[in-house]
Amino acid sequence: MNSPRTLVQKIWDTHRITSAQGADLLFVDRHLLHEGSHHAFDKIAASGRTIRHPELTFGVADHYAPSRPERATDATVTMIDRLARNTTQHGVTSFGLGDSRRGIVHVAMPEQGLTLPGTIIVCGDSHTATHGAFGAFAFGIGASEVAHVLATQALWQTPPRMMRINVNGQLPTAVTAKDLALHIIGQIGTGGATGHAVEYGGDAISALSMEGRMTLCNMTIEMGARSGIVPPDEVTFAWIAGRPMAPSGRDWTAAVDYWRSLRSDPGATYDHVLDIEAEQVAPMVTWGTSPEHVAPITGSVPHGQQDALDYMGLRAGMPIAQIKVQRAFIGSCTNGRWSDLLAAAAVLKGRHVRVPLLVSPGSEAIAAHAEVTGIADVFRTAGAEWGSSGCSLCVGMNGDQVAPGEHCASTSNRNFRGRQGPGARTHLMSPAMVAAAAVMGHIADVRDLTLADMTEHLAMQEARS
Amino acid sequence: MKPFVTETGPGVALPMDNIDTDQLIPARFMKRSRTEGYGQQLLFDLRHDADGSKRPDMALNYLSARPVLLIAGANFGCGSSREAAVYALVDHGIRCVVAKSFADIFRNNALRNGLLTVTCGDADHQALTAFLSENPGGTVAADLRAQTISWGQEQGFPFDIDDNIRRRLLLGMDELSETLEYNSEIEEFEQRYRHAYPWMAPHSSGSIGPSR
Repeated sequence: MNSPRTLVQKIWDTHRITSAQGADLLFVDRHLLHEGSHHAFDKIAASGRTIRHPELTFGVADHYAPSRPERATDATVTMIDRLARNTTQHGVTSFGLGDSRRGIVHVAMPEQGLTLPGTIIVCGDSHTATHGAFGAFAFGIGASEVAHVLATQALWQTPPRMMRINVNGQLPTAVTAKDLALHIIGQIGTGGATGHAVEYGGDAISALSMEGRMTLCNMTIEMGARSGIVPPDEVTFAWIAGRPMAPSGRDWTAAVDYWRSLRSDPGATYDHVLDIEAEQVAPMVTWGTSPEHVAPITGSVPHGQQDALDYMGLRAGMPIAQIKVQRAFIGSCTNGRWSDLLAAAAVLKGRHVRVPLLVSPGSEAIAAHAEVTGIADVFRTAGAEWGSSGCSLCVGMNGDQVAPGEHCASTSNRNFRGRQGPGARTHLMSPAMVAAAAVMGHIADVRDLTLADMTEHLAMQEARS
Repeated sequence: MKPFVTETGPGVALPMDNIDTDQLIPARFMKRSRTEGYGQQLLFDLRHDADGSKRPDMALNYLSARPVLLIAGANFGCGSSREAAVYALVDHGIRCVVAKSFADIFRNNALRNGLLTVTCGDADHQALTAFLSENPGGTVAADLRAQTISWGQEQGFPFDIDDNIRRRLLLGMDELSETLEYNSEIEEFEQRYRHAYPWMAPHSSGSIGPSR
């Protein structure tokens, strides 16, 4: 009799090629590359090896893609050229600048239908956990492992411990997947899920859109987890259907039949189980230099983390909603998707920003969609800068940076020291909260602001589709 | 890969939790090729003031010899998967990091570059941190064969390590050449897998999205 297994264990077993010395060699369905893959290509070149499955390997220019052409530097040009040269040389499809399929790797690849339930997906980027939203087992790897996958299409792994996070009930109005992720990180800490594969469940998870699930799985790495996963359901299948590289016709029917079987068995065991009541989650804001330095918008800066407070220029006891910001950013693989832009636009419509707000859509497809629905114009009219798609101000390596000492309200995923530029002070929050901070000039509770009726824009969307 | 058996030399304490890989190697340095080296850029923004001068309170800045061992707090190497964080440590001469805990991806990357990661309990952690805070650059020995960290007059502690990781580090094994010996297993698996899940391969019959 087979003992009950979790979803991740099932995917694991399906992909096991062989075992040795306590580790399993797993087959990789999709290997995603970006400009940072240059070390791995150098390793391949140095050893005279070839890429085993170029047709399962996809590249995209995102980390160094400038948000405006004039922000390109020698470094960004060199890195993007290097990716193009390496992928062309090895026959790998890659979405470079000017390609309408391009975007941030964790936004663009799902859009193309490359992210499928039950697959193993790896990428030399920690936020690869994002793809778990589709019921894939997806995780970030380093350059040596990238080289290993290029050469073998496989990876040695030791089984992770299992963690189940149940989110029961319903998230309150104006509380998003980002707030939920930050709430969980606040509870368990940035090392709280180290060594674990996290599986999400509960009513609040089933109710999330695919975009919300991607945001949540994306932030799971900030709990220290190897991966996050949401079992696939009808929401998942509907989102994938018709995507360019997704199965179609008879393949589609066979695939969906299989995908419906992808769930954890009753009685499957977890090393840790965490229960969260969705009603108790509020809009969350980080005040320090780690995602675990987080509080509800109604809270205050706590005592006891003096190093972080010195860096942030904050004093303990001050209300979160009094922190002034000098910059704002909407974008990233965490919150650069269509529904994120829509939520922020509902705050900005009819208002004007008091501090510079940079918007970088998660992909060219989202950017184009924002144009035809009039959302891009809502941002421009509100005084925001509408930039090109890329990692932009999340990662501080493509020409976009926050000046030293400036506080930036940001939809990105890491408030580490210097992440957005040397001396930059990052406050993580949801897209609507960033929009609220941008129009108020300080961190503010979006629930205190009236939201614009976006029906007109949604109608434009329907008229087009 | 350089094998790790024993290393004896200066140690340094950086008693902070959550030292992330953005700290270990700021993103702006990551375009460097491996041959240029990353050692000078290790912890750059933590070691330097805004004007570029070296901070006098950072032990890494004033040791007379480069350390071979670094001890830090919990969740070392969290954040970005950048292997350059390991390159920066290794290129600086560090061969062993001791911490209360490590982030998963960092530990994987360390193993593949011959960098030993040692996890220890609170009491041992406190003892070594105290020794290196009082004696920055004090001599410490990391012995992978005996699985011990030791210093001073018979002070030290044993550590646990996964047998497989220990073996790979001791022999300085190249994982990739080892895996290529499983080529026939990989081929057999692929055939079986393609047959069972024919739709798993990316669909590309002329319908890949438009390219400008």
